[in-house]
Amino acid sequence: MSTTLTRGGPATGRTPGAEPSRRRRVVATPGAWLVWGAVGIFLVTLLGVVGSVLVNSFGTQWFDSWMPNGYTLQWYSEAWSEYGLLAVIITTLEVAVAVVALSVILGVPASYVLARQKFPGKKIVYLLFLLPIMMPPITYGIPLATVLYKFHLAGNISGVILANLVPCVPFVIMTMTPFIEQIDPSIEHAARMSGARTWSVFTRILAPLLLPGILASSILVLVRTVGMFELTFLTAGPDSNTLVVALFNSMNAAGIRAQQTVDSMAVIYMSVMMILLVVALRFVNPTQLVSQVKEEQTD
Amino acid sequence: MSTASRPMARVGKPTGPLLRHRLADRGINARLLLLVPGLVFIVMLFVYPFLYGLTLSFQPMDGGGPFDSYRRFFEDSFQSSTIWKTLKLAIPSALFNVLASVPIAYRLRGKFRGKRFLTTVLVIPITLGTVLTAEGLLNFLGPAGWFNRALMSAGVINEPLPLINNYWGVFFSIVISGFPFAFLLILSYLSGIDPSLERAASTLGADWKERFRRITLPLLAPGLATTFCLTFVLAFSVFPSAILVGDPTNTTRVISIAAYQAAIEQYDWSFASAIAMIMGVIEIAVIGLVQLWRSQFYVGSTGGKGA
Repeated sequence: MSTTLTRGGPATGRTPGAEPSRRRRVVATPGAWLVWGAVGIFLVTLLGVVGSVLVNSFGTQWFDSWMPNGYTLQWYSEAWSEYGLLAVIITTLEVAVAVVALSVILGVPASYVLARQKFPGKKIVYLLFLLPIMMPPITYGIPLATVLYKFHLAGNISGVILANLVPCVPFVIMTMTPFIEQIDPSIEHAARMSGARTWSVFTRILAPLLLPGILASSILVLVRTVGMFELTFLTAGPDSNTLVVALFNSMNAAGIRAQQTVDSMAVIYMSVMMILLVVALRFVNPTQLVSQVKEEQTD
Repeated sequence: MSTASRPMARVGKPTGPLLRHRLADRGINARLLLLVPGLVFIVMLFVYPFLYGLTLSFQPMDGGGPFDSYRRFFEDSFQSSTIWKTLKLAIPSALFNVLASVPIAYRLRGKFRGKRFLTTVLVIPITLGTVLTAEGLLNFLGPAGWFNRALMSAGVINEPLPLINNYWGVFFSIVISGFPFAFLLILSYLSGIDPSLERAASTLGADWKERFRRITLPLLAPGLATTFCLTFVLAFSVFPSAILVGDPTNTTRVISIAAYQAAIEQYDWSFASAIAMIMGVIEIAVIGLVQLWRSQFYVGSTGGKGA
């Protein structure tokens, strides 16, 4: 917005009349039309993609018309019983909660050290934690699945949890390190001066300050784990499929069942993700994940 | 306290406390133990499997020399062409995601009504994941889907466009899940650039083109490089949508499908590991090239907080 304000130069100036002229400018420039047009096209496509799944899951028959002939809920009950969705959802939640808890336990202490201390080999350690995030899951997923099968850990829920931890622990570390860095170390020094031991510094000073950050990164880990396809797909057995893998399997084995049951399962998956997302966005601002936005200066 | 106790301790135990203090000066102390659980975990579940896969890739299942798995991959054009197919899909789509994001993010970086809403809407496709996007694309862009129907009733086309089960289906799926990701990253990089720099430039008489080219773009270049790398990695490992909305036996048989088929369908873990290693090498090569390009630009603070 500051560009449009300053572009007028001294002629328009910061007179009381600047406010309406700025609004007119934004509407008039072709660049703005182009940008909003592109955003609009993207959003319409998104709506079409999500909407057609939603409509199809409720439709009776839908072949050559704009909308289905009639509406029904039968596909949901079919999908629910045929795919054993209750068990799948329970597995998904078990995996997600276990991954969140373990990655916080393993990640937060490490990120504390990375944020507070310089030590020899810090760059290597940092790189080691960064690699699993930078690498796509399928690249390390195949060797990881090999190892997990070798030790008879894959093919059940423990294998799925272990595999999902691999990108999640580094993710917690990478989001928590900048968060800890911004906490003033003098608070800890003051506590130590007053005789607090490491443990009580952790529980009574750091934990309350870290709680918002831990909450934010664990919600993101939760969303990631529920949506993680490749690693779960490579390590899951028949009883340990999560929702997204069950969805893929049902789509890939198309032709046996009605398309609508697949769609209704997709809607169930989508609603689980939406609930998580709404909860997540109450705690996390997506644009602040990379760097802090300098809100007060962008007028 | 250490200065007071050190001489006395030196008398009692010649090296003990002194060594501890010397190590502490270099940053080695008991606090480092907090690093151990995370480090052990990464070594056991990331480094070890990776090395195991690397050694396995040199031990072909059916005997033969150490490089047989690799030779098999490169000599069989059905396998080795997957590299080219993947790059042909991943580089254009990653470039599109980044280049389309820049003008939009540049325009939308200020404060405006509904910004929070827009960013929320854009996060949705990231969380939907590729499997759901694939299902939606099959419905939406299919021959009887809303998109073709709208174009046909508008009289733009006579026959439905073939948009699914081919290259374009996978391309769209990468754009839908990758574009919001690239946009949000670039938006946050742009917000991290101190706006007073641009104001200073405009005070000195630079128009918006010059401001963008000489101030914003050089400061944004590292962010662009990182964003390109991340979206490229996402696009390079495209797997579910290549199977579901693509043409997995021919034009979109990407390298991850080859790796998956070797591992899960043929149980040839050696060959699968070899393909995974080839994937890793190509990714690192592309990321390295991008970082090399990035190093030509200004490196340092962008003036924004925490950037």
